[in-house]
Amino acid sequence: MAQTGVAVSTEQYNYDIIKKFSIMAVFWGVCGMSTGVYIASELAWPFLNFDTAQITFGRLRPVHTTLVIFGFGGNALFATSYYVVQRTCQTRLAGGNGLAMFTLIGWNIAILAGALTYPMGITQSREYAEFEWPIDLLIAAVWMVYLWIYTMTLRNRTQAHIYVANWFYLGFILATALLHTFNNLAMPVSLTKSYSLFAGVQDAMTQWWYGHNAVGFFLTAAFLGMMYYFVPKQAGRPVYSYRLSVLHFWALSFMYMWVGGHHLHWTSLPDWTSSLAASFSIILLIPSWGGMINGIMTLSGAWDKLRSDPIMMFMITALSFYGMSTFEGPMMALKSVNALSHYTDWTVGHVHSGALGWVAMISFGSFYHMIPRLYGMKKMYSEKLIYVHFFLATIGVVVYITALWVSGIGQGLMLRAFDEYGNLAYTFIESVSFMHLPLATRALGGAFFVTGMITMAYNVYKTIQMAKDVDQAGVNNIASKMAKA
Amino acid sequence: MIKHETIETNSGLLLVLTLVAIGIGGLVEIVPLFHINDTIEKVVDENGKQMVRPYTPLEQAGRDIYTREGCYLCHSQQIRPFRDEALRYGHYSLAAESQYDHPFQWGSMRRGPDLARVGGKYSDAWHVAHLNGPRSVVPESIMPNYPWLLKTELNYADYADNLSALRSVGVPYSVNETEYQANVEKFGEDVAPSLVIADAVKNLEAQAKSGNYDGNASSISEMDALVAYLQVLGTMVDFSKFDEGHFIKYR
Repeated sequence: MAQTGVAVSTEQYNYDIIKKFSIMAVFWGVCGMSTGVYIASELAWPFLNFDTAQITFGRLRPVHTTLVIFGFGGNALFATSYYVVQRTCQTRLAGGNGLAMFTLIGWNIAILAGALTYPMGITQSREYAEFEWPIDLLIAAVWMVYLWIYTMTLRNRTQAHIYVANWFYLGFILATALLHTFNNLAMPVSLTKSYSLFAGVQDAMTQWWYGHNAVGFFLTAAFLGMMYYFVPKQAGRPVYSYRLSVLHFWALSFMYMWVGGHHLHWTSLPDWTSSLAASFSIILLIPSWGGMINGIMTLSGAWDKLRSDPIMMFMITALSFYGMSTFEGPMMALKSVNALSHYTDWTVGHVHSGALGWVAMISFGSFYHMIPRLYGMKKMYSEKLIYVHFFLATIGVVVYITALWVSGIGQGLMLRAFDEYGNLAYTFIESVSFMHLPLATRALGGAFFVTGMITMAYNVYKTIQMAKDVDQAGVNNIASKMAKA
Repeated sequence: MIKHETIETNSGLLLVLTLVAIGIGGLVEIVPLFHINDTIEKVVDENGKQMVRPYTPLEQAGRDIYTREGCYLCHSQQIRPFRDEALRYGHYSLAAESQYDHPFQWGSMRRGPDLARVGGKYSDAWHVAHLNGPRSVVPESIMPNYPWLLKTELNYADYADNLSALRSVGVPYSVNETEYQANVEKFGEDVAPSLVIADAVKNLEAQAKSGNYDGNASSISEMDALVAYLQVLGTMVDFSKFDEGHFIKYR
């Protein structure tokens, strides 16, 4: 024990907290994605609801989104942001281990509380913000501490410049604080029930201002922070263009906040608001692709790594999906396209091409780079398993989004079809019957992805075991030398 | 001209400028919605009374069940101004129709049909059978069964608290004579009594008894409340009173 104590206090960075966040990310990833496959199966085979309130689609769906976005994504962001900010600022986390531990415990209690309360029907019924008010308050407290730790660590830096990855992480922390606060304003009735402060059209706009920026900042800006650190590190080359990253950061930060209204095209939201949102959505393509190019071109001169390095394959595939979904998004924000795509599975497929293809894949790549280093190892337990994971994940995403293009575009076309007399060609339920096959295929795609995630969990577990064995061998070695002396 | 080096070497400046950059979009798109009068249409009948009224206690209790079960994850309550939607669901939704909805339930997905005007489309008995076992009336349905709605008694003893909370966020439920009179003025004498908070439990019981939505008069089930809510959806505005295209000027 004494040796461990010495090792921790002389360690250059606080890695212990990052290890814990990483393990939680993998844990919630497995839980959340498995829940996703289950609820996807409920849509294909409704008997899976088993007449049980707690596991009906309506109650489990927020469990899936919360565990994946906030459990997997959130813990991955805490882990990597604490890693990146310490290494690029060359200083330990401000506030010491205690405050960082508070963010770890507080955040994960909030996730767990969400996963336990939604099945009981305790929810604010706001998509991606279903936590009831006491959990919202806990999250707000954690987030303020996170902001403080992050900003103070930046202030304590021993380098003159703040590295670009930190701009994105900081933007994400600030934006999330703003969004979380205003979207969750509510009047409590009891500990488990509240009514939102706003109603109707204003509430809708506030919710989608939040909802789209949960995507824009939580699931994009923050993961771009990850990209700007781990892609150059893994490629062993500097970021392709400094100017492009400046443009990428400011344009993205400014524009994303305008686009939420494109979720409300053709609704009772005034036209000016959703049209304005659509305009910004289209312009947003420019910084998004600028960032994608910046990431992919970082590999220039090291393209051979795409053949030999599965971690790089994850990262570049992630960037490709980033490019694809940031093209698809502006297209779907066009009013004419949205008229067909809205309310259909096309939207769900689009979200997953971003969430699985971009967010999860860049996290997998970054974790495979970071986890061995946290544990003082050169690489993961098995490179072969990283390949296996890569192919399971890629096949999974492609099957998933293709199935939902079929389901979404198919349903959209059916619902607007007329027969030769000008009557509706299909009833609603006919479109539901049509969706059965694509929905079953989607569940299969999801199952591939989860299998990949479980492969990763195993690989991480074995890597940690391996590190422990090495440590133990080292201790034994020293002990035997001491004995001889 | 400020150099980017100045920003990226100063964490305070970076923080402030980022906050400015991310703050503007939301301010421009949300704040005016509270101040532009035409954002919510004026929908009044020939006597000058508001057609859209707050929910009765029983309807609101049904709405609480609707939100609890996560119905919004598969059903929208927002009809768009397209020909197919007009044929399938009816007149496009007005902002006025969801002005007392805390939270809004427009939804983002139609795994099932839109419900904005489902009120009056089917009988109470159909709703009860459908919620209890959707495939008993629609064989291809993928909706879960909700058998517990019939079996669970509605918990409404403290329902006045819910209305008080809604009042504090702006729904005109009344606590005194002045507010009651204001409601008479605004919604008419028929509606105003249903908005009195002190009478919440009494009103809820009376509506459940006279409506007997679940077909079992001996108790008030969650089914009673949910069906009462579904049956009022989209029925408040009488579109026959307005010329076609009357509401276009608000869009």
